[in-house]
Amino acid sequence: MNDATSQPETMTGAEILVNSLVQEGVDIVFGYPGGSVLHIYDAMFKQKQIRHILVRHEQAAVHAADGYARASGRTGVVLVTSGPGVTNTITGIATAYMDSIPLVIITGQVPTSLIGNDAFQEVDSVGISRPCVKHNFLVNDVKKLAETIKKAFYLAASGRPGPVLVDIPKDVTAHRSVFEYPGNIEIRSYKPILNGHPGQIRKAVDLLLSAKRPMIYTGGGVVLGNGSKELVELTKLFGYPITQTLMGLGSYPATDPQFMGMLGMHGTYEANMAMHECDVLLAIGARFDDRVTGDVKTFCPQAKIIHVDIDPSSISKNVRVDIPIVGTVDRVLQDMIKAVQESDRKPDVEALAAWWKQIEAWRATKCLRYDRKSPLIKPQFVIEKLYELTQGDAYITSDVGQHQMFVAQFYKFTKPRRWINSGGLGTMGFGMPSAMGVKLAFPNETVVCITGDASIQMCIQELSTCKQFDLPLKIVNLNNGYMGMVRQWQEMFYDKRYSHTYLEALPDFVKLTESYGHIGMLIEKPGDVENALREALALQNRLVFLDFKIDPSENVYPMVAAGKGQHEMILSPYQEERELA
Amino acid sequence: MRRHILSILLENEPGALSRVAGLFSARGYNIESLAVAPTQDPSMSRMTLVTWGSEEVIEQITKQLNKLVEVVKLIDLSEGSHIERELLLLKVKVATANQREEVKRLVDIFRGRIIDVGDATYTIELTGACDKMDAFLKAVEASLIIEVVRSGVSGIGRGQKSLYL
Repeated sequence: MNDATSQPETMTGAEILVNSLVQEGVDIVFGYPGGSVLHIYDAMFKQKQIRHILVRHEQAAVHAADGYARASGRTGVVLVTSGPGVTNTITGIATAYMDSIPLVIITGQVPTSLIGNDAFQEVDSVGISRPCVKHNFLVNDVKKLAETIKKAFYLAASGRPGPVLVDIPKDVTAHRSVFEYPGNIEIRSYKPILNGHPGQIRKAVDLLLSAKRPMIYTGGGVVLGNGSKELVELTKLFGYPITQTLMGLGSYPATDPQFMGMLGMHGTYEANMAMHECDVLLAIGARFDDRVTGDVKTFCPQAKIIHVDIDPSSISKNVRVDIPIVGTVDRVLQDMIKAVQESDRKPDVEALAAWWKQIEAWRATKCLRYDRKSPLIKPQFVIEKLYELTQGDAYITSDVGQHQMFVAQFYKFTKPRRWINSGGLGTMGFGMPSAMGVKLAFPNETVVCITGDASIQMCIQELSTCKQFDLPLKIVNLNNGYMGMVRQWQEMFYDKRYSHTYLEALPDFVKLTESYGHIGMLIEKPGDVENALREALALQNRLVFLDFKIDPSENVYPMVAAGKGQHEMILSPYQEERELA
Repeated sequence: MRRHILSILLENEPGALSRVAGLFSARGYNIESLAVAPTQDPSMSRMTLVTWGSEEVIEQITKQLNKLVEVVKLIDLSEGSHIERELLLLKVKVATANQREEVKRLVDIFRGRIIDVGDATYTIELTGACDKMDAFLKAVEASLIIEVVRSGVSGIGRGQKSLYL
């Protein structure tokens, strides 16, 4: 290149991709190699800036990137090969899509000349992922590669976040082009709204200040939109009760007296009753999911509803709202705080006192009570002990089922992004791989995966990844020998016909963990719970699998049965016995 | 439940159409007809989509469409005064002089044109709003109809009302 007329330096598509990721500040990629991504893996081999975490199944790569994204707030990145590599990611992608998690998934594709020919390991990746991504691209020209990666990261993280898939045929990764990474990107058809409408905000604040029985209900949007600080400030300013969805937990401290616990199907009695009786509801970054509303016809029957959301399509989708406000949660809440401070009105102190008195009466039912004297380990007890020992400060991931609900009810999250679980899609197998992602994002923090004997087996192979990359997770297995949540429904609604929910051939989890090179512990008595947890948490550099043999008959209460109104809760029979006594 | 005509400016990119179609099937919305072709700006397509549903459903449809990254802009033409046109190509059997006479007369009444004549067939072209096509098809004796090809509705707002970037 000493000749002045020489061509500018070019790179292969694979090198352009890796350099683009570096430009995006990517430090970790979760992936699994294969034929279509060999050029990319070769380029990865030759660089030092990006760490690659080799999983044992592509689904886990997506869950790990997802956990990384949820905990850190940064976009998670996945790299997999074509065909089965892509189809294995779909569960992970759909999981991230349902919970609006920013991911960029790079998938290899067969060479452009073979696309459509049913080539070896060919699948229509753009087509198969389309219903569960925010957007996707097929890059058929190396000159468009850098720009497409830029767009993918922009789309994934902006507006309502979500997964974006970029499909790159093998020949494109070999072709050469000049590398120029765009500084800024404009997409004419994509302009997320940032600021809430000032008139709507004023109307909302007036309505809130005139409320007699107000209620604040917030969801995952507050966590994703980093609006926790503003939410706390606004809630304190009003002095109103607040409840949160499964995805919202942590964005308001659960230890605060204004916090009413989670709402919905397994929400607290007081939260659901207050929702049912409230006259003004402020919904923030929540989407009126069926697990929250129960029967929509009887949902908040007396309430005027204000809904703050980044996504216009979330508004009035399931429940008609009176005052919609579209914008980012932090900006809208800042504007609301200002409007409250500037308003001549003040919250109605008298009405509020009566409302809190009613709420205290509901709280007195102590709906999360369970039998602490049981000779069997109660799952709630394990979570409570874990909460005490970690002072509510650990990163907790979970799988899906009863154990997930017990965490939501009994672990008092006080900070956002500490509670990592699959809310929308309800993906069993999410817990351990997502914990890997969290641990990689925060190597010095305690990361606990709370799981069950059914869920953990859906991605158990990742114990191997944890060994290879030295990820000292704590895995709390609430082992009841059942798919507990399904068993609970069968007990309650199918006359105890336990159809295919008993896992008759469970492995010896201690031995299994040990065979992967980790530490396993079996805990069978309530008296041993605390010491086992203490011991596991003290082993900071080792993965410890705690297999708690718990009471197999324990159910999650309260419960709003499917299709019932939010106020029609089934309460724990244990509690009913107490009341009779 | 009311019929709505949505006019959509869409990035002219592979896959954009499947995103729109996929949205309708995934969310259980109705599509009565769909017509799409590039505009004067080759980077954009114009789509006219006829659907029906309650006000709530139509509101969701427009929001969900707007959420698609490739949808640049959209309006609901049926909210204001607008023009809708559809092209119908119809092939009919005309075996007898009487049938030829009868079909010619109907075509004239509906201001259509016979654009091809075969040994025993006429091919007819007719444009107009959807209900005119329906009326014409009803008027033609069913046993004579060999082929019906409808383009789906294309629509445009009246007067100043325009959809452009």
